[in-house]
Formats: sequence, C-alpha cells, structure tokens
Amino acid sequence: MKGTFVNIGERTNVTGSAKFHRLILEGDFQAALDIARDQVVNGAQIIDVNMDEGMLDSEAAMVKFLNLVAAEPDICRVPIMVDSSKWSVIEAGLKCLQGKGIVNSISLKEGEEAFVRLARKIRRYGAAAVVMAFDERGQADTAERKYEICERCYRILVDKVGFPPEDIIFDPNIFAVATGIEEHDGYAVAFFEATRRIKENLSYCHVSGGLSNVSFSFRGNNTVREAMHAVFLYHAVAAGMDMGIVNAGQIVVYEEIPDALRERVEDVILNRRADATERLVEIAESYRGQAKAREVDHSWRQRPVSERLTHALVNGIDEFVVEDTEEARKQAARPLEVIEGPLMDGMNVVGDLFGSGKMFLPQVVKSARVMKRAVAYLLPFMEAEKAGAARATNGKIVMATVKGDVHDIGKNIVGVVLQCNNYEIVDLGVMVPSAKILETARKEKADIIGLSGLITPSLDEMCYVAQEMTREGFSIPLLIGGATTSKVHTAVKIAKNYDGPLAYVVDASRAVGVASKLLSKTEGATYADQVREDYAKIREVHARGRSAKKRLPLSQARANRAPITWEGYRPPKPARPGLTVFDDYDLAELTARIDWGPFFQAWELAGRFPEILDDAVVGETARSLFNEAQAMLQRIVGEKWLTARGAIGLWPANTVGEDDIEVFADETRSGLLAVVHTLRQQMDREGRGRSNLALADFIAPRETGIKDYLGSFAVTAGIGIDEIVQDFEKGHDDYSAIMLKALADRLAESFAERMHERVRKEFWGYAPDEHLTNEEVIAENYVGIRPAPGYPACPDHTEKRILFDLLQAEKNAGIHLTENFAMVPTAAVSGYYFSHPESRFFGVGRIHRDQVEDYARRKGMSVKEIERWLAPNLVYDPDLAEG
Amino acid sequence: MNRDRRIEALRRIEALKHLIKQRILVLDGAMGTMIQRHRLDEGAYRGDRFANWARDVKGNNDLLNLTQASIISEIHRQYFEAGADIAETNTFNSTSIAQSDYGMEEFARELNVAGARLAREAADAWTRKHPDRPCFVAGAIGPTNRTASISPDVNDPGFRNVTFDELKDSYRVAVEGLIEGGADLLLLETVFDTLNAKAALFAIDEVFEGHGMRLPVMVSGTITDLSGRNLSGQTAEAFWNSVSHAEPLTVGLNCAMGPEQLRPYVAELSRVADTYLCAYPNAGLPNEFGEYEQPPEVTAGHIREWAESGLVNIVGGCCGTTPEHIRAIARAVAGIAPRQIPRVPRRLRLSGLEAFELAS
Repeated sequence: MKGTFVNIGERTNVTGSAKFHRLILEGDFQAALDIARDQVVNGAQIIDVNMDEGMLDSEAAMVKFLNLVAAEPDICRVPIMVDSSKWSVIEAGLKCLQGKGIVNSISLKEGEEAFVRLARKIRRYGAAAVVMAFDERGQADTAERKYEICERCYRILVDKVGFPPEDIIFDPNIFAVATGIEEHDGYAVAFFEATRRIKENLSYCHVSGGLSNVSFSFRGNNTVREAMHAVFLYHAVAAGMDMGIVNAGQIVVYEEIPDALRERVEDVILNRRADATERLVEIAESYRGQAKAREVDHSWRQRPVSERLTHALVNGIDEFVVEDTEEARKQAARPLEVIEGPLMDGMNVVGDLFGSGKMFLPQVVKSARVMKRAVAYLLPFMEAEKAGAARATNGKIVMATVKGDVHDIGKNIVGVVLQCNNYEIVDLGVMVPSAKILETARKEKADIIGLSGLITPSLDEMCYVAQEMTREGFSIPLLIGGATTSKVHTAVKIAKNYDGPLAYVVDASRAVGVASKLLSKTEGATYADQVREDYAKIREVHARGRSAKKRLPLSQARANRAPITWEGYRPPKPARPGLTVFDDYDLAELTARIDWGPFFQAWELAGRFPEILDDAVVGETARSLFNEAQAMLQRIVGEKWLTARGAIGLWPANTVGEDDIEVFADETRSGLLAVVHTLRQQMDREGRGRSNLALADFIAPRETGIKDYLGSFAVTAGIGIDEIVQDFEKGHDDYSAIMLKALADRLAESFAERMHERVRKEFWGYAPDEHLTNEEVIAENYVGIRPAPGYPACPDHTEKRILFDLLQAEKNAGIHLTENFAMVPTAAVSGYYFSHPESRFFGVGRIHRDQVEDYARRKGMSVKEIERWLAPNLVYDPDLAEG
Repeated sequence: MNRDRRIEALRRIEALKHLIKQRILVLDGAMGTMIQRHRLDEGAYRGDRFANWARDVKGNNDLLNLTQASIISEIHRQYFEAGADIAETNTFNSTSIAQSDYGMEEFARELNVAGARLAREAADAWTRKHPDRPCFVAGAIGPTNRTASISPDVNDPGFRNVTFDELKDSYRVAVEGLIEGGADLLLLETVFDTLNAKAALFAIDEVFEGHGMRLPVMVSGTITDLSGRNLSGQTAEAFWNSVSHAEPLTVGLNCAMGPEQLRPYVAELSRVADTYLCAYPNAGLPNEFGEYEQPPEVTAGHIREWAESGLVNIVGGCCGTTPEHIRAIARAVAGIAPRQIPRVPRRLRLSGLEAFELAS
C-alpha cells in the first residue's frame, strides 16, 4: 500500500455496533467507554461517535458520552468525529469538544444555502468536516457524479466559505457490492475512480469512507468481509483514500488473504468478470471462520423446512420458496396443512414484527410476495385433492375502490397487510359499482367490506354503498379508507347511512387491529359501540364548528377579492401560444427530478427525504426500498415500460363577472374556447386584512382591457403501466406492482413539475432566467402557480371536463376521465397555469348556499348536482332545511 | 460603532499590523500586583456607588474600573511610560460568570466598557504626546472560574457546572463591552480549559459578524504544571490546533510559571504556529507567601534569550511583573529582530488532548 491511512474507530456507533447500541440503550456508559478505549488501544487514531437511535435522546446521549470521554485521558487523547444525520446532535457534540474534531457529515442534499450555513458554523466551532457526495439530486453512485459533486462542494467551501481545503474530507460513498444487482457491481470501482480524480484535482483535501458498507452482502461471514475490506482498502488507498471508518481491531493485511479468496474478492471489488459475485458466493462458505459461526445468513438453508419457510417469509426471500414449499408438501398429509402450518406460522411472525414496529411496510409486502408464491404453488394440488375443506382464516374481507375512482395503491397495501395476518382478501379492483360489491360480499359470505377511494367524489359514492348495505339488510362491518376519506367524513356522512359496525382506517398498519377487533367474538360489539360513540362526539364537535364559523355573503366576499392593481400591469405574452403536445417525453429527464417524500409516505415510512435514508429506525428499510426503486426506475426508463405523454395550452384569457375566466382560441379574443369557473373563499376575515380569494382574481378582468393569459396542462407517466402491473400480479408479485404504481405517480408529478418549469422558462417564458434547485422547486419558490381541479384552490372535479376539452387531453395526452372525473391512467396530473406574480395557493374552504346557487347558475347545472360534487366544501348540510 | 470611530479603529489596526512586522512589541505587566500596592480596603472597592452592596467586593479588581478609575488610569500610564506598546484592560474577571462570585453579573458589560475606555484614554493620551510610539489597547478576557470540559465533582466525571452556550453568552456581553469601550484587540488569556476558549472565540466571531468588522484576536493559553499541559490536559500543539480556526493575530502562553519553566512550550508553539507568537510569563514562581520575587533584569534576561532565539513577536509580563519589569523587558528586546512566522505545510491538523497531523 502506498500513502498513509488513518483508522477512524467505528465501534462507538449505535448504528454500527450492536454491543455499543445495547450498552447505550441500557445506560451502561462505563462499559460503552471501554469500547471507546479498546478502539484507541487497537490503533484508532480518531474515534467516530454516533448516537442516531430512535429510542434515544440522541443529543443528550452524545453530550453525556463525550463529557465522560473528556474525563478519560487515554481515550480523549485522540480527536473525536461527531457523527449524526441530525445537525442538532452534531452541534451538541461540538459543544463538548475542547479539541479540534471532525463533523460527519454535511452535504448538498439540502441545497447550497444550507450547506454554506453549516460549513460556516463548523468553521466557527473549529472542526474539520466530512463532506458526502450527495446533492440535491441524491447520493452519487457513478464516478462521474461523485467527482462532480465533490468538486462543486470544494469550490463552494474553498472559494465562498473560506473553508481550509485541508480540513475537507470527502466521503464519495462506499456502497455494497456483490448484492446480486448488476448495477451495484461497479460501485467499488466508481469509488476508486472518484477518489483518484478528487485527489488529483482538489488540492489538500482528503478522502474517507465507511468501509463496512462494501461487504454488506456477506453479513455473518467475517472472513470474507474482512478480506473484502482489505482488498477494497488496498485499492482505495492506492487511489488516494487516506482515512476510513473501520473496525480498528479487525484490519487484515492484503497479502495475508489466501490467494484463492483474494482473487475472487478482487474480481468482485474490481468488477473484473460478470460472474464474480457467484464465484465469491461459491467459495465464501468454506472460508467462514469456525469460531465466528454465529447466526448467519446463508446457514438458514441447513435448517428444517418449516424454519426455512419462516426465514424466507420474514426476510422476504422468494428464491427457494417453491422448492421449500414442495418439500413441506411432501412431508404433509394434505397441501392445506402447509398453508395452515409453516406458512401461516411464518406470516404470524411477520404480523407480530410489523405490529410491534420491528418490520416496515415494504418488508411486509415482500413477505406477502413469498407467501403468495407458495400458495400459488400449492393451489393445483389442493384443487386436485378436491377435498377442499375451507382453510381456517381470521376472516374474509371484500375490498374495492368505489365506482368512478381508479386509485388503488393504498387499498392494495391494506390487502397485502391483512393477508399477512391471515385474512382472506377478495379484491374486486377499481371502479367497482355498489351492486357488484354487495353481490360479491353475499356470495363469498364476507365478514367485512372495505371501501377505498382517493378523489373527493368517491366520498359520495361510499355514502351510497353504505345506504345500499342498509337497504339490502347487511350487518357486517364496513371499513372506510383512502386518501380523501377521514374520520370526520366517516362519522358525519357515512355513519348516518349505515347502522352496522363502521370504522375509518387511517393507514395499512391500523387495518389489522381494527379488523380483528370488529370480528372478535368477545369484544366485537363493544368495540363497534365505542367507535359509534366516538363518531357521535365528532359529529357534535363538527356541527358546533360549522355553526360557530361566520361566513361572508358572496357579494361581500367578492368585494374583498385579491387587491391586485391592474393598472400598468402587462401580463407576459406566451412565447408559444396555443397547444403543445408531447407524445413521448424523455423519462430519464424526469427521474432526476423526482420528489421522493411522497414515495416513502406511500409505503408508510415516516420521515423527510433524504434524511429518512439515514434514519435510525427505518433507515435500513428506506435505503433498501430506495435502492430497489432506483433499480426499477432504470428498467422503466431503459426497457421503456412506461410512456410519458402530455399536452399544454397557453390561451388568451380574461376574468368576467368576478369569478369566471373566459378562454379564447387566439389573440383576436373572439372565439370563446371555454369558460373556467372558480370558487371563492367565504370565510369571515374579520377585518384582518386578508382577502377572500378565487383563482379568477389572478387573471385581469375583461373591463381592464388588459390582455391576459391562462395556461392549462394534462400530463401522464402511466401509459403502458397496466400490462406490466398485470405481469407482476400474475407472478404474485404485489410488491413490484405497488412499487411500479408508486413510481409512475412520482414520475407523473415530476413531469408536471418539469413541464411547469419549462412553461415558466420557455413556452410562456416569463421567467427565462429562473435557476432553482430541485428542493426550491419542490418548495414552490417560483413565480406563478399550477392549481389542479379537485384540490383546495379549485375543489370542483367537474371542471376537469372543461380542462380536458380545452386540451383534448384524451387524444393529445392519452388520459381519460371516469364518470367521477378520476384520471386514467392514475399516474396523471392536470391543472391550470397562472403567471401573475401575486398568484398563490389557497384553500377555498367551505362555501355557502348563495355561492352554490350562483355557481350552479354559471355552470348551467342544478343546485343539487353542485351540492353533490362539492359536498365536502359545503358550510351547510344540504339535507337539512336552511336554518 | 459610528463611521469615524470605525475608521480610526481600522487605522490603528493597520498601524499595529505594520508595527508587528518591524519589531518585537511589548505588552504591559500585571494589573493585580499594581493594584495591591494601593492596599485598598472594602470601602475603597465599593466607592459611593456600591456602598450598600450586599456582599463583600474587596478583591473584585475589575470593579475599580467604576469605583477607582483614576488608579487604573494611572497604572496604564505607568506601563506606557515604562515602554509597553499594548495595555491590557482591567477586565480579566469582567464576565457575568466570574462576577457572579460578587453577585455583580448585571454589571458585566459596564465593567468591560469602562475598563476598555480607561485604557483607551491612557493610550490615546500617550500617543498624542509621543506620536512616534503609538500605543494600543488589548481587551482582556479571562477564562472565568468554571471549566466546560472538566467536572468539578470527582465522583461524577460527566457533570459540568457550565455549558458551552452559557460561556458563549457570557463572553458575548464582555466582548461587546470591550469593543464599545474602544479596545483595538481582544486578548483571550490564561486559557486553562480550551473549550472555554472555543466558546469565547465562537462568541467573538458572532460579535464580529454582527459589527461587520473584525479586530485582531490574541489567544494565550496557560500551562499549569511541568507536564506541559493546560488544566484540561492539552499539549501546547493540541491547544494551537484547537484554536487556530479563529486565525488569531497571536497565539502564545502566559501565567502559571516563570520564564525558565515556560520556555520549552513557548518554543513548541513557536515551531508549530503559523501566526505571531506572544508570551508573557510570571515574575518567576511564587514564594511560600504567594509573592513573586524575580527581579526585573532576570525576567528580562530570559525574555531576551527567547527573542534572540527567534521565538517571539510580543512579550510582556504576567503575575508579579511591574513597570520595572516591563522597562527591563522593553530594553532587552529592543533592536532584536522579531520571530519570522514559520511556513507550515497545509495539512489536516486535529486534536484531542494530543495533536494529530495527517501527513500527506
């Protein structure tokens, strides 16, 4: 090895050392200090201290540990690396260091401004800094991106912050290799290459990294892991890596690795052959240290078949499930016993782990995939046997996304989770009419009906299903879920339509608890009564809230419109007026702009992106989910699974009669294309200087004579999704099907965001010099808005029809509307563009009967119809006489 | 600070930075020793203003900035006359934390303003009379009487009786006062716990940012015993690595020992620190009565040897030194070339108790 290499002790890290983790959680700081001492004795020249653990007050633990370390001269003789994904923890740590330590880490992931701010603070505290190759677009995995990000950081730190270049330590991300995913094979090589370029071009700085990541695939096989570390280090140090977070007591010398092992490890690290991983796996077992044979990943294949099935279910490994299921079937008297025995035992473990927060949704969905494959394998045998005694389950649930709605990610997840807990699910899919739901429930002797929906008109449909259940004499529990539903809506609207047990389920993790309570022979009735009482209280509060809030008459609200001075205002003229169609938008361009936050929310993983990747509790799950999402994105783009289509239109337009916008075909402003109807806030502003807004306020009124414009758009990234989803479902792979849908949703959002950006800069062109980071775009730091019908600023879904006609969206973008105005494909976004600098988002909130009547007249619809579509926005109960 | 005062201050800073390249500068000597000579009683410390203060204040030397201003002014004058280029303000204990011993936290800012003003007036008066030898004011900032990295309770090593933030806030008030009173430099001295100093440097940087102007900062540690470490256990080089981020005008050592005991550590710092070096020892070690007896020419003799060896840029005296010592020291270093700042290669330098350097 050439060059020097500094060992940074990794063991005083709750995320890296199980023992340290346990000691800190138990509050045994004395023993934890011994670990720190051992590190120093074993040659650590710096010690890394990390207290990122969800169960801990990390700041307090950091302070306590560092204060104790300060009293141990044989430990605190070396510098401290304060390691946390939370700045507050880092700062608390820096306040305990009399020496000059290192912050681990900062990066551009929050954007340049935050990066500069933290770098300045670090300088003020007198510390060096680890800088991750992570920017607004994510963590760098190619040599090119790694270097580019590091170079950018270097220039900012050195030129702008005045940070001494010798105090910069780059961490160009050591990722796991030999994971079985081809894209990962080049990770080590990318690290070496990036390191080489950093050290060649960025004077005085250093390169470090967390070594143990690279061998992550061989957890449990320390001999192989250590060999991988040694080989990695050998090449990394040659490339210029001069520091590393390592287990100081465990570094093996490169030359002492047995030749055969070294060669195969080197094949993997240097990505020298396509079958490198397989070849290393082949021989890995024979190198497993005898003494170190603890609970290990590959040894589970030696265990009895029932345990193997449990292991496969808990770990979501479907590789061997068919052969194991076959083996279990041969041992069992009947195929059903395999399901009711080992498979359900395994799923019970999964259910318990999920229930106690030790497993997370993505893992559970993977477990379900294994289960489904096993069951699918057994089905033919069970049918052949014909003795089909029904299997014992916790209950049968008929589920559906209601008529007019097509959104089903959430419903599918709930279904999977319930299946994992031994409920039999009959999933009727999307756009299911009430009659079909009830007929199926009767035929299948369902124990529960579950309804889901995402768009607001679905609320009304759910009320209808509830009414029909009453009419047909159902008494089984009804579960309500989905993004648009709420406890209040369920209590206020649905409860009065159905007397049977009824419950709103906020997310998948609650579904099992609610279902099991409702079906419990002992507590079922009590629980249903409790819920009913709870809902009665909600109704009371809700009723009081409605009457308590004053609303303005529409005329007064209009008088208090947005105070925009039109005189002297010159609306920007679109650079490309009229319609522009995109038949096949480049998906690769969209992947880089994805807002990942909602993706993790869809999987019920809580936390902000990208911090969530380092989260002490869900970080590992989130990372693995993220990696798989990235891998699938590559296939989506590379194999063209999806096509993105869109249409935008920029039209001459003026507001007429306060709240409507007239849209014209061209500058003559004679051919009226459409009238867009907007709704106005009616809450009493009580003289607080705030306006009662309607979107029409942001377009110049016709009387001003000013030539204004309105934009419109409809985009989708979901063309072609159905075929692929069906393929996955055929393969019993709900996990991938859900993943694909969630990613298509993200791509559609990204498409909408990108389109809006291009409209601002190019097609409308009113902000040609705008330069925003991804974060700033997500935070909407730009001029103009893109409200969507069905959302708070324009809650009327029926306006989508007008929007679609304007764009001829069916023809131009391949997007259709259901009878309730849900868009198909579901991965679609549509809305308007407003360019006025004062245009902003708002919620219309609740409106009064006077506006409903006015609006119905303007739209040429009956008051009753409008009341149905705007039900969630009514300040009054249309079923009651005006009081 | 108004515009004219700011320009004046910037001019003086420029003059000082010019001068420090030309010759070895002389810092004044002990304030406490000189005050002792006046044998002030409790009543004299209190003056009229604090006649009814609930606690004894005798020994609160910084209070004299308010109650016996003329004594302090006279001491400054004597040191300038003896040949000091830089006077230290009488504000060593003027932090709210140190003043809490007397219940006088609330006067922290006022003590600093007054202390800096007295030294400013004395310096300006001297400079007016001797324009060829301009005098400067260093705002003295002591370590307080608490330690941020050492527990006061041997049975509870994780306990602290002061936090970084408390120190920072307390220092901030002192620094604001010193700047308002007209200090040209800030002298963070007698650093026995480096974490206290880092809190002070943090506060100083924040105040500078607020003012949009930076004064030169001097940082001076203290080696408490012959192990060559400060009270919190750091070696001189580790200490330098811990404070170098503040880019001080000088780093150095003061107090605790006489010049002969201090020399090896001055030499060590001189070798590693790529900034100016300032050292001001005590007048030898105290005798059994706590008195310093080293005659001026002995102290000055040691310091002459430091100067001849190229170890120092600013010299002066700490405990037990008097105008006589300063006169002797000024004579001793006159005409000797100041230390050249060593060229130190750019390397990652860190520290725990010991210094760490990444050789590249």
